[in-house]
Amino acid sequence: MAVLTNDAIQQIKDISARYPQSRSALLPALHIAQNELGWVSREAMEEVASALAIDPDQVEEVATFYTMFYTEPVGTYVLEVCKTLPCSILGSDEITDHISSKLGIKPGETTSDGMFTLFRVECLAACHRAPVLQVNHRYYQDLTPEKIDALIDVARQAQLQAAGAPGFGIRKTWSETVGRSEKSCE
Amino acid sequence: MERILFRHVDVPEINQLDVYVAHDGYSALRRAVTEMEPQDVTKVVSDSGLAGRGGAGFPTGRKWSFIPKGVLPTYLVINADESEPGAFKDRELMERNPHQLLEGVALASYAIGCRQAFIYIRGEFLYIGEILDQAIADANAGGYLGNNIFGSGFNIDVVVHRGAGAYICGEESALLDSLEGLRGFPRLRPPFPAVKGLYQQPTVINNVETISNVPHIVRRGADWYRSFGTEKSPGTKVCSISGPVNRPGNYEMELGTRFRVLLEECAGGMRDGKQLKAYIPGGASAAMLPNTPETIDVPMSYEGYMSVGSALGSASFIIIPDDVCILRAQLRISEFFAHESCGKCIPCREGTPWLAKTVRRIERGEGREEDLPLLLDISDNILGRSFCALGDFSTSNIVASVKYFYEEYEQHILEGACPYEKRAAAVA
Repeated sequence: MAVLTNDAIQQIKDISARYPQSRSALLPALHIAQNELGWVSREAMEEVASALAIDPDQVEEVATFYTMFYTEPVGTYVLEVCKTLPCSILGSDEITDHISSKLGIKPGETTSDGMFTLFRVECLAACHRAPVLQVNHRYYQDLTPEKIDALIDVARQAQLQAAGAPGFGIRKTWSETVGRSEKSCE
Repeated sequence: MERILFRHVDVPEINQLDVYVAHDGYSALRRAVTEMEPQDVTKVVSDSGLAGRGGAGFPTGRKWSFIPKGVLPTYLVINADESEPGAFKDRELMERNPHQLLEGVALASYAIGCRQAFIYIRGEFLYIGEILDQAIADANAGGYLGNNIFGSGFNIDVVVHRGAGAYICGEESALLDSLEGLRGFPRLRPPFPAVKGLYQQPTVINNVETISNVPHIVRRGADWYRSFGTEKSPGTKVCSISGPVNRPGNYEMELGTRFRVLLEECAGGMRDGKQLKAYIPGGASAAMLPNTPETIDVPMSYEGYMSVGSALGSASFIIIPDDVCILRAQLRISEFFAHESCGKCIPCREGTPWLAKTVRRIERGEGREEDLPLLLDISDNILGRSFCALGDFSTSNIVASVKYFYEEYEQHILEGACPYEKRAAAVA
């Protein structure tokens, strides 16, 4: 049974038509797959491969190279805290510790209810707003422990609002309704 | 100084197409495609002395002139992979003035005769991809991009391409592999991208900031541009400053301005009573400099930082305060390179984790006397022996931190412990 929707496969094919060689659409295609499933499974890689007429192993080779693709299941909310020099000087390790103790998970782990995964990542190019993290690849900046608490509360509320929308559906509900990522760079 | 790239500070809505057009936007493109030959555009950019703002500082006009005549198709690729630790300037340029970049893209495309251009942005810049997609759609609808621009017959299709988290893709040949749907591995040169680049066709790769300068240069001329900056480094540079200062952020400065002005006047000096211990002028790839009267008054130019044994690079200034252990700072830098090494060549793949492991050992107080010569020996075996510059860059700060903070390394080894307060410093 297919894991990606027809809509996703069609989007991948439409995007590939924009490039002189369809293989160029591989990264965009993997983003589409991950956006739909929350991660990129081997089955998803095979379907992406088929849509782009390339070998599934070539897709896997690429998917495992780039840190933004999760090749194992992750939580509904993926918290990625920057650990690089400017953020660490301004306290990103304390932020990571705070999330760890609040959620009871170490970096690389997912909470038992499947809601949160915590990662430490390298520079996110927002050093002037350090410490920073991304939640599902949206920026949250100038972090404090209080801000983290609020963020996690908002995420939990979104889950309640989206009761009935299983798994990954919560992400969309959250970002469309209560999630406020920070777009300003100043 | 008049703001050139940072006009969005004075014209808040300039990210909107109508406001951009009302402030001379797309007038350089109109003039170029209706009145100028492509080689005239290259000439004015060459004459301006504009150099690559991504870090390498290669003359932009010369890069364009390497494109061979009559080999079609050609491609323009914009490097918006901004991943150098300490760099966050392209983010602001794209977010606050996307049409300035797009006009530059169209001008450069006209100059090199390409019909399709790609903007490769780092995958984490999801929201900026959305901003650019909207700006491109608006510009296409308004006739500023797309087909038959200003009735000239010139067509340009601009595609935003999101990466997926890999520092190496900021290296231009690795970026091309990534754009072709491969792992981001650097390519052997020659052939250079100008001869065989994207899809083995002639390709120019330019940084966002570099290209954002082009509309202004075409509109106002090379002499005007040369009235800013120094003779060897004309123009302005967006300088990013981060760390414990009062106003961290991006500041557009004339090249050659002294670092003290950025630190004290723009960024408002150190905050919370901290003192400056050292700073890195060009992101993690550039050697750190200790706080001395000489390093504080360095003119911020390519030649200025070369003369003190570092590099301006992307002008990403990271401020290291006095309460941070230099080994902990170095550890974060070494961990970064170990994580980002692509694995293609052995000196970098094996050497960068070895450096991180050795620095970590010393920082924890488990260092041995022979670890200091070992660090320099590993660096020596990476530098100049790696396939691309990433390996070389991983050694800059090892060499500099040992040189300038030898006593701090020695103290860790002799005392068998880190002398800094654990919580007051960057933690290992």
